[in-house]
Amino acid sequence: MACFLVPGTEAIVTTVVTQVVKSREKNLKKKAELEGTHFEEKIGTSFSTKLGWLNKMLWGGSALLAFEHVWHGEVIPVFPFLTAVKEGETLGMLKEMGTAGVGMAILVTAAWIGMVIVSNAIEKRRADVSSAEKEA
Amino acid sequence: MTLLISVFAAVISTLLWYKNAPSNEMKFGTLSLMYWGASLMWTVDAVFEYAELGAEFFTPAAADMLNDSYLGLCVVALGLIIWMVSLFISDPKGIIKKALAKKK
Repeated sequence: MACFLVPGTEAIVTTVVTQVVKSREKNLKKKAELEGTHFEEKIGTSFSTKLGWLNKMLWGGSALLAFEHVWHGEVIPVFPFLTAVKEGETLGMLKEMGTAGVGMAILVTAAWIGMVIVSNAIEKRRADVSSAEKEA
Repeated sequence: MTLLISVFAAVISTLLWYKNAPSNEMKFGTLSLMYWGASLMWTVDAVFEYAELGAEFFTPAAADMLNDSYLGLCVVALGLIIWMVSLFISDPKGIIKKALAKKK
């Protein structure tokens, strides 16, 4: 019905968060340059890059699902844009958004959290190896 | 079928990303993340459908399967178009910029 609206809304929020994080990292980079240290070395893959992975999954998934809804006639090009609302099935639509839609957002976010954990572990191992090499 | 086709698209684009890593010139990572996002979302859809239909979920009518396959291929095509547009906008190889500069 309109389940894609939930991950779509999450995508808007995470995109805004990414922009905020990106500007903070820019400030940190400037600070690191003044201190004479290397910002990339300090934190590995930036958190804004990692948030970018989530954004791409959420935006891409929502766009492709929106297309599927157009295909099935659940999204229409005229007001109110949703067939369920037009036919008075708003309650059913909201129920579907609360179950399937929220489930989609949770699953994509959980997959992203997994990716971040693995990436952090790899970066930590790499940092440990390079510091051990420096000590030797 | 739509889920299956999008999963295949996600796996192929992920392998392309892996083959070209660490170079990110072609932005295969973006393409694969897009398909993975859609695949995960359709997985949730499939779980809810399975909960509703039970074993019938695995034996769709031929007409439904054909329609879903057609939809799946259209979804893959749309994903490729989105990826291509984003690739041309970011233009990591500077090809578009060079071509435009030549015309001037």
